[in-house]
Amino acid sequence: MAALEPLLTTRSLSRRFGGLQAVANVDFQVQRGEIRAIIGPNGAGKTTLVSLVCGRIPASEGTIVFEGEDITGLPAHTRVLRGIAYTFQITSVFANLTCHDNVALAVQRTLLSKQRWGRLDRHALTAEVMAALERVGIADLAAVPAGKLSYGHQRLLEVAMGLALNPRLLILDEPTQGLSDAEIASFCDLVRTIAEEATILLIEHNMHVVMSLAHAITVMNNGAILAEGDPASISANADVQQAYLGG
Amino acid sequence: MTPADTTKRVLMLHAGVIAALFLAQFVLPEYHHGVLARVMVLAAYATGYTLLFGYTGLLSLGHAMFFAAGLYGAGLTVYHLGWSPPAGFGAGIAAGLVLSVMVGFVALRTTGVAFMIVTMMLAQAVYLASLYFGEWTRGDEGIVLTQAMRTFEIAGATIDLSLPDERFNAALILYACSLLICLAVVRAPLGRVMVAIRENEDRTRMLGYDTFQAKLMALALSGTLSAAAGASYALLFGYAGSTFASIHYSIYPLLWVLLGGAATTLGPLIGTLAITYMIDVTSGFTSAYLLLVGVMLVLLVLWSPNGLLGALRDRKLAWLP
Ligand SMILES: Nc1ncnc2c1ncn2[C@@H]1O[C@H](COP(=O)(O)OP(=O)(O)OP(=O)(O)O)[C@@H](O)[C@H]1O
Ligand SMILES: [Mg+2]
Repeated sequence: MAALEPLLTTRSLSRRFGGLQAVANVDFQVQRGEIRAIIGPNGAGKTTLVSLVCGRIPASEGTIVFEGEDITGLPAHTRVLRGIAYTFQITSVFANLTCHDNVALAVQRTLLSKQRWGRLDRHALTAEVMAALERVGIADLAAVPAGKLSYGHQRLLEVAMGLALNPRLLILDEPTQGLSDAEIASFCDLVRTIAEEATILLIEHNMHVVMSLAHAITVMNNGAILAEGDPASISANADVQQAYLGG
Repeated sequence: MTPADTTKRVLMLHAGVIAALFLAQFVLPEYHHGVLARVMVLAAYATGYTLLFGYTGLLSLGHAMFFAAGLYGAGLTVYHLGWSPPAGFGAGIAAGLVLSVMVGFVALRTTGVAFMIVTMMLAQAVYLASLYFGEWTRGDEGIVLTQAMRTFEIAGATIDLSLPDERFNAALILYACSLLICLAVVRAPLGRVMVAIRENEDRTRMLGYDTFQAKLMALALSGTLSAAAGASYALLFGYAGSTFASIHYSIYPLLWVLLGGAATTLGPLIGTLAITYMIDVTSGFTSAYLLLVGVMLVLLVLWSPNGLLGALRDRKLAWLP
């Protein structure tokens, strides 16, 4: 029974900003091991929905259940320790620190939570930092300050920081924005390898990426879920075509 | 340079600075010997200040309350209760720790300008309290600790903190401990989190850190080190008055640290030393010396926004902590 239980469930989840209903009564489930894409027009509420899940923004109403436990009231940092990692849509790296030190902050967090007290193992730290940078393909930039990287490389650094947290659920908010076609292709390969260990929630505007990666797609519009299903059924859905794909 | 090399260099530099300060007492003329003892106590205060301001990015305009907590914690217990100097020092540190944790729970709910204002208001309350309880503190006039009150025995030896040599070496021990604590903190995981909070708090939280807790620890450390300096000041210079709780003593550490280099371990010493001598020299030939010092500070900060050591780190010595 437990194995069939979804990794993440939201029930009547809502968030208002003043009079604006950014997320409205959303019932949403993510299964273990899947790559789930969330698509929808600008302002549909995609970022707000995942921000509620990771705890950056508190919910107005509703509940969030992760791994069978109600996490609605937990602060964001505790949710990270439970395995929810978020990579920001608007790139948010530590611009004045090197790529190495950016990722080291994430690695330090996981190492310290494993061994609670005691000294940080410097060699383990460096090894894990380099492993994360290598996975996203920017290991050669380890010593460069993050603020000096191209936009696309900053996006990859974000992903490396997320990966270094060893998440169960990795939320990627428009990760391919600003990447070249070649970079997008290798990024898709990377996401497939991450998916072997973690569940992925992917917000993405590039339909080619969505169709090639997603096992299931959720379409949002005006804060609500408009449609949900496998890639084939979503691309055939008339409502979706009208609302999003430009009919 | 490997991390081990960096560590070696950093340790050698800090040991070298402490050794140089120790040797200075044998070569300095009497007047400068006294000035340096005072500078070391104030530099210990500035070192505590920079843990919060320089490394964590929280600009407090009320640190005089922590300095005063130490000053009065030591001064009042020694003066009224007849405690020995070491016990008074302990009381000063305890007062600073308790006050900084309490202030943290109130002030850390705010950020930016609101944090500056809240810390300033709380410090003003402490200043007014020091005047209000004039029966014990004698307000502006202050209390004077006699030579007898500042003398104690330890392991059979009698130590009189009012003597220049004892005073100098006690100030050096205080400064050396503050410096090494600061160095240890900024190189520890907590120090990395403090810098991360300064750079981008939202991101730090989303890496799984309890940023409120980290800021509270930074504030408690900073406030307690400031109080240790205040307690030493009362015991070494034999005086505790309300002036030290006034807004001036909240602004001074900011200036010292800005000039020396905010997020550097040794910047507070350099800034305190430079400003003390700037005031000393200019006040010798003009009564508008504060104006002159102010102009010099503005020019220096415009020329190098990261302070003297910050500029050195940016240009040459990237390994400076
Ligand atoms: N912090 C906020 N304060 C006020 N309004 C907000 C805030 N965050 C989002 N909104 C509003 O909520 C709505 C949903 O925004 P959200 O960022 O979730 O959309 P999105 O689907 O991620 O869009 P995009 O594809 O452009 O990233 C928008 O109308 C937006 O203006
Ligand atoms: Mg968005």
